Amino acid sequence: MDPRYEALYEALKNVHGYIYPNEISLTWSILIVEYPYITGLVAGAFILASLNRVFKIKALEPTYIISLLTAFAFLLVATMPLISHLGKPLRFWEIMITPHSTSAMAIFGFVYLWYLMIVLLLEIWFDYRYDFVIWSREKKGVMKYVYKILTLGAMGTSEKDLKWDKKIGYFITVVGIPSAFLLHGYVGFIFGSVKANPWWSSVMMPVIFLFSAMVSGIALVLFVYMGINFIRKKVQNMPTLDSIGKYLFYILIIDFTLESLDQIHRIYEANESFEIISMLVSGKLFFTLGIMQVTVGTLIPLLILGLFQFFKPADKIRKIAYFIISIFVLTGVFFMRWNVVIGGQLFSKSLHGFTTYNLGFGGQEGFLMALFWMIIPFGILAFLLWLLPPWKKTVH
Amino acid sequence: MNLKTEKSSRRKFLNTVALLTGGLLVSSVTKPFNGLLAASNKPEGNGPWYGIGIDIEKCIGCGRCANACKEENDVPRVPFYFRSWVEQYTIKNDGEIIVESPNGGIDGFTQSVPDEDIFKSFFVPKMCNHCSKPPCVQVCPVGATFETKEGVVLVDSNYCIGCGYCVQACPYGCRYIHPEKKTADKCSLCYHRISKGIAPACMEICPNDARIFGNLRDKEGELVKFLKEHTCHVLKPEMNTGSKLFYNALNQEVK
Repeated sequence: MDPRYEALYEALKNVHGYIYPNEISLTWSILIVEYPYITGLVAGAFILASLNRVFKIKALEPTYIISLLTAFAFLLVATMPLISHLGKPLRFWEIMITPHSTSAMAIFGFVYLWYLMIVLLLEIWFDYRYDFVIWSREKKGVMKYVYKILTLGAMGTSEKDLKWDKKIGYFITVVGIPSAFLLHGYVGFIFGSVKANPWWSSVMMPVIFLFSAMVSGIALVLFVYMGINFIRKKVQNMPTLDSIGKYLFYILIIDFTLESLDQIHRIYEANESFEIISMLVSGKLFFTLGIMQVTVGTLIPLLILGLFQFFKPADKIRKIAYFIISIFVLTGVFFMRWNVVIGGQLFSKSLHGFTTYNLGFGGQEGFLMALFWMIIPFGILAFLLWLLPPWKKTVH
Repeated sequence: MNLKTEKSSRRKFLNTVALLTGGLLVSSVTKPFNGLLAASNKPEGNGPWYGIGIDIEKCIGCGRCANACKEENDVPRVPFYFRSWVEQYTIKNDGEIIVESPNGGIDGFTQSVPDEDIFKSFFVPKMCNHCSKPPCVQVCPVGATFETKEGVVLVDSNYCIGCGYCVQACPYGCRYIHPEKKTADKCSLCYHRISKGIAPACMEICPNDARIFGNLRDKEGELVKFLKEHTCHVLKPEMNTGSKLFYNALNQEVK
């Protein structure tokens, strides 16, 4: 037997009911689960940073730069799972060169570039420009020139220059908020606009994606912020943690409400896809949806965070709780993406049966590749924190 | 030239420039939104406009169409990639629907339900619907899949990036990522044959004339005659894909 087809012959044995013959293998694998997941983390982390800047929330200040750098590190990797999943990865640039105007996916390149180049890069640059100048004066050796290049020749340090940095930075943040909404709402649209798939086709999809993105981004910043303090052996700032926890709680409520609304709507409408979808939810997605997404990723964090709004246990307990919650929420949102992407392909468009998904270990779309693209952003973040240490920034 | 005419010609020039720039700006801003109207475009031109008719009452489930398609188009000889296949529908007395398509019907069918439990049973040949409002073409990010002027939906495998969005968008499960080419693959209505005036392989091989292929604009043609004489339906009409694959005697149970 051709080894290429071994897994498919195996899958053929595990088909339940009837599926169209071409549906045996899932076209979109774990890498496409990661793509909206990572993009969501970017949008969410950025929105947290913007909340701080636009609404001047004092308690969130220590997380501002960390949020931006986290968003940037993940944004650099966001397209990689998508590209490495392509049948012809080396042709990916065709999306940029000859985008097809009716395709939702074709616009991604432009939304992405707008966000990366215009919003995030510029915002970070204006935030750091003054520090680049100072560091280029203080540092010795190669680093002196690295920071000098990073100033792009804008060496002014007068009050007026600083005012301009702040002004433009603020303007970019204001532009950046709708951009972050656009970036992730748009990712939801890629799925929500597929009318052939009843599990995806929902006008709620972009909104749900957006709020779950905010939830995951806030949880990621909480995780990274606590991790950085732990590694640097610094005391965790409790008002900051409480404040992030409070926002996470609010957004999680909205997210859960929207997702519940979507499901209630499906159940009450109970159209022709209802039977197969209810079998999907109670069967193949029971673990990933019922346990991981809803219980671990939503209900437990909601309960604990809700409790903290009324009753605050000792700092030590809250600290541990926040750290665990951040991991739970991050896991829950990952499984939300899983349930959308993988779940939407497990049942046949004939509505008569199911196929299975076996995540391979190696290979182009295996577990290792997926893990690789999840670890890389943390490496980039570590490098950024070394190159642009927020704790060495001049307060201005 | 006096001062007055010079002023007026300058004004005229400025007006023209402003109009052109403004027009260009407005059209460049609104152009991308044409994309939103993709699903309501109308076919253009007067040439042949191909469609397919399938008479379910005539299909005997021999599977020769599925086999001929694989032979003709280099479709992998495995039981999971098909450009054309046949499904056997069995509706039991208790209302249960059983659908089967072992190896796409190439090896023929056996009936797993005892005769006394069968309410009715029939075969449904499946293939690309060559939609006039094809969702697969709409979503392709690089325009590698397209509709020819004859209404045939094709894939340019030298251009396709293999993202699989078209596979997701097709409501009929007619597309797959070719395991060797790594690009999207589907029924081409044997474009290489029809452009030379030869019928598609699946049509030619059918021993019972269950498949009709023809020009929908030819009012005297065989396909239009078939549509006139039978009550035909398309699959999943609610999808509004403008399907051009018309079935006679299509049961509502068929998806």
